[in-house]
Parts: sequence; structure tokens; C-alpha cells
Amino acid sequence: MRQRIWKASLRGIATVACLILLGASVARAELVIRITEGADAAIPIAVVPFAESSAFPPGDKVSSIVQDDLAMSGEFKPLAPSQMLSLPSKRAEVFFRDWRLLGQRYVLVGELTRQADRVNARYELFDVSTEERLLGRTSSASLSNIRSLAHAISDQVYQAITGVPGAFSTKLAYITLESINGQPRYRLQVSDVDGKRASVRLESREPILSPAWSPDGKKLAYVSFETGKPAIFVHELATGQRTRIADFPGLNSAPAWSDDGRSLLMTLSKDGNAEIYRMDLASRQLSKVTNHWAIDTEPSWDASGRGMFFTSDRSGGPQIYYMERLDAAPRRITFGSRYNARPRPDSSGRYVYYVHQRDRAFHIARTNLETGEETVLTRTESDESPSVSPNGRMLIYATKQGGSSVLTVISADGGAAYSLPASEGDVREPAWGPLVR
Amino acid sequence: MKLSAQSKAFAVMLSVGLFAGCSSTGDTADGGEYGSDVAAIDQDGGATVYGGGEDGGISSSAMTEEERLAAEQQAQQEALREITTFYFDFDTAEIKPEARDVLVAHARFLASNPGQQVRLEGHADERGTKEYNLALGERRANAVQRFLIVNGASRGQIETVSYGEEKPAVMGSSESSWAQNRRVELVFE
Repeated sequence: MRQRIWKASLRGIATVACLILLGASVARAELVIRITEGADAAIPIAVVPFAESSAFPPGDKVSSIVQDDLAMSGEFKPLAPSQMLSLPSKRAEVFFRDWRLLGQRYVLVGELTRQADRVNARYELFDVSTEERLLGRTSSASLSNIRSLAHAISDQVYQAITGVPGAFSTKLAYITLESINGQPRYRLQVSDVDGKRASVRLESREPILSPAWSPDGKKLAYVSFETGKPAIFVHELATGQRTRIADFPGLNSAPAWSDDGRSLLMTLSKDGNAEIYRMDLASRQLSKVTNHWAIDTEPSWDASGRGMFFTSDRSGGPQIYYMERLDAAPRRITFGSRYNARPRPDSSGRYVYYVHQRDRAFHIARTNLETGEETVLTRTESDESPSVSPNGRMLIYATKQGGSSVLTVISADGGAAYSLPASEGDVREPAWGPLVR
Repeated sequence: MKLSAQSKAFAVMLSVGLFAGCSSTGDTADGGEYGSDVAAIDQDGGATVYGGGEDGGISSSAMTEEERLAAEQQAQQEALREITTFYFDFDTAEIKPEARDVLVAHARFLASNPGQQVRLEGHADERGTKEYNLALGERRANAVQRFLIVNGASRGQIETVSYGEEKPAVMGSSESSWAQNRRVELVFE
């Protein structure tokens, strides 16, 4: 039995000594995507296995990664290659009638060639009904970076069909918790959005919480208890260099980057009560944003980058509030139940996602900010930590499965669900990284 | 867990109480200096001693009773202080009525031992969001801190830290495990 019971007794020096910083290259047991629920209205697409004109080492196939990416979005239903009548790799080989017969709306074909340690991909996307070519490109990557190449192709295909940039080349940050020899081991990890190529960035016996991406995708801010109490760190991913930026008495939690990357919203209780502050990172100057006897926490910038959503229990229980600017009066957003917390708006400014209690269960819900309409998106019951993809089309959150915490990806309207269970232990607090061009 | 702590405390209370009874008998012997005529000491350790003198015996007897009570009270306080974990209802930081006597005992102990430090560790159950729970754990620790200060402890003796839902006392997603995880633990250093 996995043991996760420990006493909060040994701390301080021992903990700091036990804290291990690891390089970016340490591979961890990877998450595996399992399709748990398909969307009804998913678009049928045939991703034909790419022809290979040179010898390639065994392993990941570009076209199967593309296929998995599109399936994960919940918006596409890729055709199994075993059902394909032919395997074309260029336009001249595509018999549209065959694909129409198979009920496909789009077909992606391509070819890979190898030049020393580089892979070149040439690929085309067709609309089956109009026979129009929607995309025709070549891209290349080093052989070791084949997954990046595939995710880039997925992004292009997704955008060519939906008109919205794909988010398959983005990264996830999350926290895993395992028990090793009866000791808890928290790890901050970064992976591709499909859970692959995970690497450990920080390991500690004390809790790590609330990872938050800088807008350029180069840094993470998070809360670590490595000193025995919560402190906020900024961690540069390329170098592993860390700076402890907030270590005031009491809470130091819930960091959220401004869109220029120059300041962080954070929750501090140094003045006696949990309030939201803004810290200018260059000067470390603090300005108080909220001022109320209630708990104010979980700040998140709005889509305009000027306002803020946050959680406050000033009405008696946690609810979502919004301030149009950081000096504006807070306005309550949620009314549907007695517990609504940890708001995360999407980049369009249309929706805010949050944890919502209904009866005894905690779900992820969203409110349409124009109409005020609230929709519960999940059927799972211990849901936490929603994080929206930068294109606003997918949502990742943590939930319980068989006693362990797992990550689940759903389409942002709740239509489809994919879970990313860790091989062992808990995986929690996903943070979806930004689109980086 | 809560139950066993209480029964343990009760057992301690009993044993210390008995011991206190014995020592008060011993005090009675020493009490001879208050009244030399108190010669007859009940060898069975009876609490009440009737002396032959006028006020000598009476004063001796009164002292003994006082000391016995004081010792008993001290033992009781010590027993109460065996309890160092305090529980809360969901999303509240209200100290429960049954916790008050115990916290008063801790506060008095801190008041009479100014060098003593205590760390209050606030926790929440796994339900709800992690960051809100971090704030909730702190609110619980702060509630206990205020109670201790009001009852005689000084602010400098107390340090608070919240772990939110990160360090559950027991695993599981049942009402009973949640109830045991919504807590403040006093850790004396």
C-alpha cells in the first residue's frame, strides 16, 4: 500500500539538505493518455501514416503523434490507419471518393526524409468534400526532436481547419507526489501537453504548490515549503537558477504573472490576513491590491491584463470576484453554489473557469462573463486546479481516480475527456504553458 | 486518533491524581513543622489529618488540602495538555467548545513558562482548492493563536504555519478522515 501519512515533525535544516535540484534532462516515468470519453461532434479526419523515404530509427512516428494530438483536443476523431483503403503520401495518390466513402472530412498526407541527423517533413492537408488543399508545407527538426516536429504539424492542421492556433507545442507544468521509503517526494515536472518528455525540475520532501508560467514560457513561479514554511520562488527553466522572491511571515502563495512578465500577483498574510499583493519583480516593491478581513487569494489576471479575478470568502464562503482594474471595486461573479474558487479566465475574455461545489462534489464549472450563465463541465467529483490552454479550446484539471490524483484534459465546453494518469503516486496542479512562437 | 488521545489523557489524569494524593500525605509529615503536636499521621495515607493542637492542626490540615488541590489541578492541567490537536468544521476556523479548557491549559502553561515556544500548524481537508485551503489552515492557526494570547500566552512564544491540505493526518476521502484532517496541531519546541 502506498503510504502517504507522515508527521510534520522534521523540518528546517534537514529539509533544506534533502532538497535536490535536478537538471532539465532527467526523464521521469511518463504520463499516458487514455481516452475516457469522446465528443459527439468530433470532426472525422484521416491522418495517413507518413511515407518514409529513408531509414528511420524505431520509435515515435510523426503521423501517430499528430493523430493523438488531434484526438486529445476532443474536436477531432482520427480514423484508425487499419481502416484506410490506401496510404497516399501526396496529392496525386489521394482518391477523394475513397475518403468520402469512409466518412472523412479531412485527410492529411506526408512524407519524411532524413538528412544525417535531421528529419524533413513535407505534408498536405485536404478538404475531402471540396478537394481543396488547405495546407502544404515542409518542416524540419533534428532526429531527437521528432515530437516537436509532430506537435508543430498538429498546430498547423488544427489552425487550418478551426481557424484557431493549436496548442500542441505548448508545455505543461505539474506536481507529482510519491512516497519513497515512507518519505513524501514532491516533484515539479515539465512535459509536453501529451504528457511525454517529462523532466523533473525540482524535488523536495516538503510540499511544492501552485506552479505558474511566465508569459514567455521561460520561467516558473511556485510555492515551496523547503524552508519549513511557504515561500514563492521564481525558477529559470533553461539554467535551473532559482530566486526566492517572497518569504514574508505567514502565507506566500498563489503567484500569477502579469502579461509583460514584470510583476506577480501573490497572496501574502504578512499584515495578519490573506490579501492579494502585486510585486514588481525588478524592485521587489509590493502594492496591496485587496484589503478585507476575509480570505482573499487565488488571483488570476484577466484577458486584458489589467484586471483580476480572485477568490474571497467575504460573503461567508469562497466565491469568485472580479476587479476591472487593480484599483477598482470587486464585483462578485459566482452565485450558483456555496463554494466557488480558484478562477482561471481564458484568453478570449469570454469565460472564467473555476472549482465549483454542487451537493457534496467538487466539479469544474465556467461562467460566461457576458451572459452570467454558469455551466458545470465535469462529471468527476473531486476536481481541482483548472488550467485553460492558451487557445482557449482545452482545459486540464486534477481529479481523483482510484484514490490517486490524476490529470484530465477536456475540451473547454466539457464535450470530451482524456485522463493522464501517472504511473504511480499523485499528479496534481497542472499549469498549461503559454503559446511560444 | 482523537479518542485515543483523550483516553490517554484521562489515564494520565488518573495516575497523576493518585500520585498527587500520595505526595500530599508526605507533605503532611513535613507539615509537622507548622504544628509540632501533629504527631498522628495516618499511615494509610488518608488525606485528612486531625491534629491534637488548636490551630496548628487546623492550619496543617488546610495547607494539605490546598496543596492537594493545587497538585490535583496541576495534574489535571498536565493531562489536558496531552491533547495537542484541535479539530474544526468544514470551511470554518471556529474553536469548538470542547477544545476551550485544553487550550486554556496550554495558554496558562505558556504564560508560566515564558521561554517555551510553540508552533501552531494549521491544516485543511482535501476538499476545495489548495490555495484557499492554505489560507484556511492559516486562519485556523490564527484562531488558536488568538485564543492562546487572550488566555495569557504572549505573541512572541507562538509561531504559525499553514500546510493547507498538503499534510493530511489520515488518508482517505471519507467524512471521518476529512474530520481528522481539519485541524491545528500544537508543536512544542
